[in-house]
Parts: sequence; C-alpha cells; structure tokens
Amino acid sequence: MNKFTQFRRRKIAGPILVVAALFTIGTAFGIASALPGAQPAPSSSTSPLVSQGKAIFLRGCSSCHGLNAEGGAIAPSLIGVGAAAVDFQVGTGRMPMADMSQQAMRKKPVYNADETAALAAYVASLAPGPASVTSENLNWQRDGNIAQGGQLFRTNCAMCHNFAGQGGALTNGKYAPSLMGVEPKYVYEALITGPQSMPKFSDTTITPQEKLSLIAWLQSANHEQNLGGASLGRVGPVTEGLLVWTLGLGLLIGVAVWLAMKAR
Amino acid sequence: MSSIERFQNPGLPEHVHRKADTDPKAAKRAEQQVAILFLLSALGTVGTIAAYIYIRSDLYVYIPILGSTNVQQMSLGIGLTVATLCIGLGAIQWAKKLMPDTEVIQERHELRSEDQDRADFVETFKERGGEAGIARRPLIKRTLGIALGVVGLSPLVLLRDLGPMPKKYFETTNWTAGTRLVLDPGGAYIKPSDLEVGAVAQVLPELPKGTERTLENVGKDAVLLIRLRPEDFNLDAERLSWTYNGIIAFSKICTHMGCAVALYEQQTHHLLCPCHQSTFDVTRAAKVVFGPAARPLPQLAISVDAGGYLVAKQGFTVPVGPSYWERNSSNG
Amino acid sequence: MKRSEKAIGSVANYVDERTGAAKWLKKNLTKVFPDHWSFMLGEICLYSFIILLLSGTFLTFWFDPSQRDVVYNGAYSPLSGVSMSSAYASTLHISFDVRGGLLMRQIHHWAALIFMAAIVAHLFRVFFTGAFRKPREFNWIIGIGLLTFGIVEGFLGYSLPDDLLSGTGIRIAEAIIQALPVVGSYLAFFAFGGPFPGTAFIPRIFIVHVLILPGLFLALITIHLMLVWYQKHTQFPGPGRTEKNVVGYPLMPVYMAKAGGFFFIVFSVTAFLGAVASINPIWLYGPYTPGQISAGSQPDWYMGWLDGLVRMAPPLETHAFGHTISWNILLPGLILPGILFTGMALYPFIESWVTGDKREHHLLDRPRNAPNRTALGAMSIAFMIISLVNGGNDIIATHFHLTINGIMWFTRIGLFIVPPIVFIITKRICLSLQRADRDLVLHGKETGRLVMLPSGEMVEVHEQLTDAQKWTLTQHQQPDALPAPLPESATRGLKGKLRKRMNQAHAIQIPAPTLSELKELDHH
Repeated sequence: MNKFTQFRRRKIAGPILVVAALFTIGTAFGIASALPGAQPAPSSSTSPLVSQGKAIFLRGCSSCHGLNAEGGAIAPSLIGVGAAAVDFQVGTGRMPMADMSQQAMRKKPVYNADETAALAAYVASLAPGPASVTSENLNWQRDGNIAQGGQLFRTNCAMCHNFAGQGGALTNGKYAPSLMGVEPKYVYEALITGPQSMPKFSDTTITPQEKLSLIAWLQSANHEQNLGGASLGRVGPVTEGLLVWTLGLGLLIGVAVWLAMKAR
Repeated sequence: MSSIERFQNPGLPEHVHRKADTDPKAAKRAEQQVAILFLLSALGTVGTIAAYIYIRSDLYVYIPILGSTNVQQMSLGIGLTVATLCIGLGAIQWAKKLMPDTEVIQERHELRSEDQDRADFVETFKERGGEAGIARRPLIKRTLGIALGVVGLSPLVLLRDLGPMPKKYFETTNWTAGTRLVLDPGGAYIKPSDLEVGAVAQVLPELPKGTERTLENVGKDAVLLIRLRPEDFNLDAERLSWTYNGIIAFSKICTHMGCAVALYEQQTHHLLCPCHQSTFDVTRAAKVVFGPAARPLPQLAISVDAGGYLVAKQGFTVPVGPSYWERNSSNG
Repeated sequence: MKRSEKAIGSVANYVDERTGAAKWLKKNLTKVFPDHWSFMLGEICLYSFIILLLSGTFLTFWFDPSQRDVVYNGAYSPLSGVSMSSAYASTLHISFDVRGGLLMRQIHHWAALIFMAAIVAHLFRVFFTGAFRKPREFNWIIGIGLLTFGIVEGFLGYSLPDDLLSGTGIRIAEAIIQALPVVGSYLAFFAFGGPFPGTAFIPRIFIVHVLILPGLFLALITIHLMLVWYQKHTQFPGPGRTEKNVVGYPLMPVYMAKAGGFFFIVFSVTAFLGAVASINPIWLYGPYTPGQISAGSQPDWYMGWLDGLVRMAPPLETHAFGHTISWNILLPGLILPGILFTGMALYPFIESWVTGDKREHHLLDRPRNAPNRTALGAMSIAFMIISLVNGGNDIIATHFHLTINGIMWFTRIGLFIVPPIVFIITKRICLSLQRADRDLVLHGKETGRLVMLPSGEMVEVHEQLTDAQKWTLTQHQQPDALPAPLPESATRGLKGKLRKRMNQAHAIQIPAPTLSELKELDHH
C-alpha cells in the first residue's frame, strides 16, 4: 500500500509535508556531499596501496577468484564489484571462506583494517564500482527517519531477514543472517553491493537518505527493549508454542500431580 | 482345568492416617502454612496495586535471561502471579492436610431407564402424538414439512448483501498498456538505468490522478522488478520480449495462497515464498521448482515509454494471485 | 445456635422456600470425585477459558475492531506517522498506553495457547484410557467440537490486531475460501464484504470472536460438565474400585477446595507467563499490507500442523473446462483435516463396532491393555508432530542448520512412513508391558537380594506383590472374556471381513495371569 499517498490526503499532512520537504532539501546537500558514489578506477594502478593489495590478493584470494580476479569455477569475478564489496566481505570475515559451505558466514576477520583497505583499493583499481563507506560518513542519527526505515524494511528486507531483523531461511540451506549488531557501514555496503544471495538495492530505488533511515530503524530494532518479558528470539509463534507445551503445561501438570498425591 | 480362578478385588485398602490427623502439632503446622500462604497472596495484591500506582511505565531494568525488561509490566504480572498462586497453593494444602482424606465409595446407577418407564414413555408419546393427529392428517404433515423446509431460506437470502458479486474482479488489475511503474514505498518513476544487475525493486502501477491507492489494489497490483544479465534468461521469444534489458517483472502475489513472494536469491535467481516455501525460477519465467504452488507467477510485460521510464506493455495476461473455481488456467 | 448459623439458616430457608434447592444440593454436595492428576487436564481447559473471558473483556474496553485508516502518533516512536488500521492502532494503544494492558494482552494470548494445549492433553488422556466408551460418546463428540471451535476461535483472535503476521494469516484463509469449488469466489466476497482485505472482515470476525463462539463454548462446556456430573466421573482401576462405584473425595469440602485452588494456580501460571515471556509483539510486526511479508510467517501452534500439511502438499491443480480446482489447497487445508476430525469424532462408534462391545464402562483402561487403540493414538500423534515440524521448518532450518527443502522432503515421506512404524512399535511396547505385568504377578518383584540354595545355586529372591497390586494388574477385561464375540453373520461380506480382521487385531493380548496359574506355580 502506498501509505504516502494516503498520508498526503490528510489535512494535517500539508504543513507536515512542507516542513519535511524543507528538511529533506536541507539535508540532501549534506548527504550528497557526505556519501561516496561510484568512484572511477584510480588512474594510477600502481599506487603503493594497490600493489600491496595485489600482493595480498595473490596470496589469499587468487586460488579461487583467479590471478586477475576474473573469477573461477567456484568463485565469481571481482572485476567491477568495487571497494564496498571487498570491505563488506573481508571486513565482516566472510571472505576468505573457511570452507566450501552453502554460504559464507560472518566470522572473525582474517585481514586487519589496513590489509582490507589495500585489498579494496586493488579490486577498485580493476574496474569502477561502489566505493567503501566509513561509519563516520553515515550520519543516520541525523538523516535517518526510523518510521520511514521501518516501512522500507518491511517492504524490502523483512521477507528474508524477518520482521525484527533476526534472519530467516532461504532455499537449500542458505539463509538471510541476523542483522542484530551489524555495524551501519556494513548494512550500507550490503545494500549497495548485494552480497551472496542478497539482491542489490540501487541508490535510485532506495535513495541514500532512505538507506540511512533503514539503518536508523535497524539501530532502533537492535536496542528494542523487551517490553513484555523474554523476547523468545523474536521469531514468531513457534517458540511461543514450544514454551506453552513445556513450561506452561509442565508447571500446571506438576501442580496437578502434587494436588492428587495423598498427603502424609 | 475345570474353572479358572481369577484374582479377586481385595476392596479399599485400610485408611492410613496422616500426621496431621494424629499429631496436633503437625495439624497446627499445616494450619500455619495455609495461613502464611493466604497472607502472602494478600501481599501480592498489595504489591500489584503499588506497582500500578508508583512504577513509571518507561522504566526498564536488565534481568538475566529476560533481557532489558519493563519494570511496571513485570511487577504487575509477578504481583498477580503471587496473589493467585498463594491462594491456590493455600487452598490445596488445606484440602490435602486438614480436610478429611478418607476415601468415600459412592454407588453408580445404570443410566438406562427402567423398562416400565421406557414403556410408559413410548405410550405417552404415542398417545400425545395421536392427539395431535399428525399421522391421521397427512396434509398437515406434508405442508408443515414444506414450511419448515423453506423457512431457513429467508435468512440465507438476507445474508446476500454481505458482499458484492466478484464479477471479473479476480481477472483485473490496475496494470494496462502504458502504465508507469512506481516505487513502493515512495512512488517515484523508474528508469532502466536505475537498476543494476542483481538489483530488485518493489513496484506498483501508477494510478490515474485522483485515485487513491487501497490495500485491495496492492493485494493484486504488487510487482517485483528484477534485473539479471540478459544471458541468464532461459525464456521463449515471447516472454523474452516481455523483459527489457535484463529487467523482468513478476506479480508479487503468490499463485498458491496469495502471500507476498519477494525473497529473491540473487545468485540462484530463485524467488521463495516465506509462507509455504514455493520456489520459483526467475530465469524460466517463474516456473515452480519447489513447494506447493502449481502455477508460475504471472509475468508482466514491460518496456520504456517516450520519457525513458519503465511502463507496462500490457496488463497481466492471466489473473494474478491464488486459484479460484472460475479461473481459466488453460494458458497459465 | 450461634448468631451466624442462625443467619445462614434463615437465608437458606428463604431460598429453599422459593426454589426447593435443598434436596438437590444435599445430594450433590456429597457427590464423590475420584482423584488423579490427569483428571485435572480438563479443569485446566475450563479455567483457562474463564481467564480468557475475563482478560478478553478487559481488552474489549480499548480495542477498536475497525479497519478504518488512521495515522499513528502514539507512544511507540518507530511507528509514528505510519498509516494503519484502527484495530492495529488500538492494539498498540493497549500495549503501550494502558497500564497493565500489555500484561492482559499477554495473559489472554498465553491463556489461549494453554487452553488449546490443555484440550489436546485432555483428549489424549480420554483417548488412551478409553474414557470415551459407552456411555460417554456424546461427551467425546462435544469435546471434538470444542477442539474444532477452539482452533477457529484462536485463529480469529490472532487475526484481530491486523498486524503483518495475522494479516498474512487472513490472506491465507481468504485463499482457502476462494479455492472452494463453485462457490469459492462468491463466499470470499461475502466474507470480506468485497475484495480482500476490505474493511469489513475484522469487525465481522470480532463479533464472532467475542460473542458467537464464546456463547457456543459456554453452551457446549455446560453440557459437557453436566454430562460428567450426571454420568459420574470415570476412575482408574484399583482395589475397591469397580464398574459399579466411584471412589474418591466428596465435593464439599475437599474437591471444592482443590478445584477452586487449582483455578488460582492456572491463573497464576498464565499471569507468570504473561509477566516474563513476550507473546505476539505486534508492534514489531508492523501493520498489515498485502505487499509486505516477514520471513518465518507462522500461525499459532494449534494451526501449525495445518500449515505444515499445506507446505508439504504436492503442486497439484486441475485445469479443465475453463475451471480450476486447487488440490494443493483443498487436500491439505480442508479434505485431510475433515477426514481426520470426522474419524476422531466417530472413533468411539468405530471401536465398539470392531469389538462388538456394547457395555457401559466406568473403569478406565490402562493404555497397555488396549494395545491397538494405544498404537493408533501414538500413530496419530506422530502424524501430527510431523506436520507440525514442517509447519515450523523455516525456524527449525535456521536454528539447527538444516535446509527447508530437506525438512520438507523428510516430512513429505515421513508422513507416510513414520506413523505406521510408530503403530507397530507402540503395539509391541504395549504387549511387552503386558508381559512384564504378567511376570510381575506370577513371579513377584525382583529384590536384588541373592540367596544360595542348598545345592549351591544362587537365586534372586522375588517378593510377591500385594493383593491390591495383583488385582490392579489383572482386573482388565480381555477379549476372550467379552460377552459376545462377533456373531458369524456379522463377518460376512467386505464390511464384515474388514470388521473381522480388525476385531482379530484388537484381540491380540498377552493373557492376564490368573490365581489358578499362580497357585499352580506355587506348587512347583
């Protein structure tokens, strides 16, 4: 449902929209200047950072991705994926993969920040692609709107990552990971690079400001307090049913056994 | 062996006295236990009321296992738990320890009525029935049958206005030739260049000016836009012509039970429905590759208009969403 | 006479002169109820129903059953400015702004889950002990009715808040209605007052949820309890217990105190769950719109088996003569549950037809002494559990590192293979337990004490059971002791042959030991 169309029809919506529009225009400048877009391949592919990255690449990545990152039977080409993809995959420890399982999972990174940056610079030098972002660039506290982020999340993300960002199952053992505790910059990079099963969300379909809203909502979901007691994993009725058959009925039957026992 | 001797029912075992029956001290102790429980319950109630009045509703505290928990809601609940639990435990303890515990035997009586009563009943029934003369007057019997048979029809007819007739509702959507695709949420137009390979977008048809978008519209109109490499497609010529530069559009409403199918796996090009796990292959025009859905997701033919924006080439050629009796599914 | 006694006397006199209640009360206050923990399962159902009425009434004071669009501006900031239905907004209001409102919502929902779980547990108890046999067939059918209406009532309650999860549930319900041959699309339009989702459905199901079904529950529960009262409760076999008596404690005061106390226990467990465990946090789900969905969309557990069956259904549709029949919906969603529930309702009659047993039964069976029935019950439970597992396959897959496809195939095949295996194994276990009973009666309990015989041989001392224990283990009626084995005429024809086969299967028993056998053994 296009909530905004309906929203527009309300009387109070007019003034709110004007304020919102001014606010958006004002902040758009800030975001536009703060957010890196696709950056062209650096002209000098021989800068020291790039050659350092190339060295690391040849040692740690080329056996699967090919000597020139052209891809192989088991790994995709990295030409044009950009620094953002490298920063995401290597920075979250997904790459290099520990084993040939269905899907690379988040683990302790193998390379430190400098090595990751060098790798990213090398891959970015191959062909233009999305640049990596830094957490400082993402001013989601200022530019993100939590409620808007929630709307976007439920339309674009909840079907895989679950309503509360807890993750969910995909086909054949693949899964959408939990988004709890994921740093804003990795969320942003995942959105623009579409790692593994995840599709890409282009800046025109979900604008940079909207991406910050998504991050703002995720941060709020991260700190969502347990209003009603234990969260039971926030995965819906399955755990609730489990609890009622174990703890609920268990306690009641326990008391019933005591009740029917003869006193001594 | 002439006759087999079975074990005999030895009768109720002798009653064993409880401690409280014989020892006044034990009885006193039991009495005190019950009284303490009842007092605890009263304390629980006092606590609940105090929590209601004095605890702020935005106060949270970290509790192991439960996490950061709302103090007010928790205290109200625990107060109520204590108040009711202690009444219950007290009453049961009272019954177990202090009330008589000698088992009592009560005889059962056969439920069946005495033969005489049965006979009398049949007699009375026949006699009274005879007085009404229903057997003697078949005309009354039959007309009454007709009247009772049809009297239920009027409420049924009165229920007719519960809803309109579906007519062609299930076969139509707001997609027609030239309808622009707009983003959901947001409502912006889309150019093919807006989508990179591997990108998806949730879209809706642009509605004529002055038309409000309703949830009913969304339930039929929602479309998922996906961009692949054109060489990934495995489509016949017609379906290939419905795509634009690798961009393909499918109805987002599952052909099984109408959930939103939107779990797109960029590497396998599979679409998964989270409700019942029907899996559709995007490269083969959303052919069902797993799960209970029996039909592919309807594909929307797309193209670009003069402004360079994505538009529908035509409406859906088949009804979207789950099946129904009148659906002609011979062509998908 | 004390003052208080005098006062009570005059009130009692006043009432009795106008109602004549004294005679009835005198008789019924001394009514005897047998004591066993499993007899409390039905009481859990009753008490959780009362809790549902109380907490539900509380919720109606604030809940607005309307699908009118509103823009939320309440206490929960992540949803502020979002357009939603009034039903959803008022549920948020109850959860965030009404003190104790969330607690009541959670108590209501937990009580509903306990209600359904207790009904199922109660059904197991009644089934496995044969309590449904003559004269209690009516009550069995009423019980199946309550279970069925309970599922519907629970589903409607889950649907009322109009959140993303429950809206998806309604979407699926609509698809089931729509799939009905010939009338489906019309019925769907009538139910929803037009196209899905419309604005009529929630107000309509609200009145069904708070008035029509609770009224029906009250009526059925009243009849259920009156029949229990009138027919007197069944009891487990034991010394002093016969088909012709009831052994237990009188209603006043023991049973009253215990049952009354137990009501408060059920309330406290529900309140405890409501206090410490979050249930249906609708503010996290977001409002319903047909274009959105969450991973892991599930129904509550009592519908989970149905969802599991629908998930594993084959992708079958008939397309012919311009019409479509969705077997992938009808088969798992309506036909199979229909057969299961009808079979369950008719089971008392089927069993008595197979055994030819038309007598009244007030002594319960120990499950092992009815191996066929017990095996059938275990088989049905296996069937349900497999369906239920598939209903949660996505959650199971992510939490146990399995694949949904793997679980789906396991349950698709397992649904046909596992229940028969469970049947065979359960029957064997029952017969083994009968054999163990027989050994126990004839040879006594093993004591672990060894003695040396004069010959030098070591033997373990066995201790004879008490008379009461011997009676409990041997009192059951066995098929050869039935008054009327099937007459020749009843076993002719196809139906007769089937009846004979089942009758024979039912008659497989380990002979219960007799006193004669024991005496004979003692001679040696």
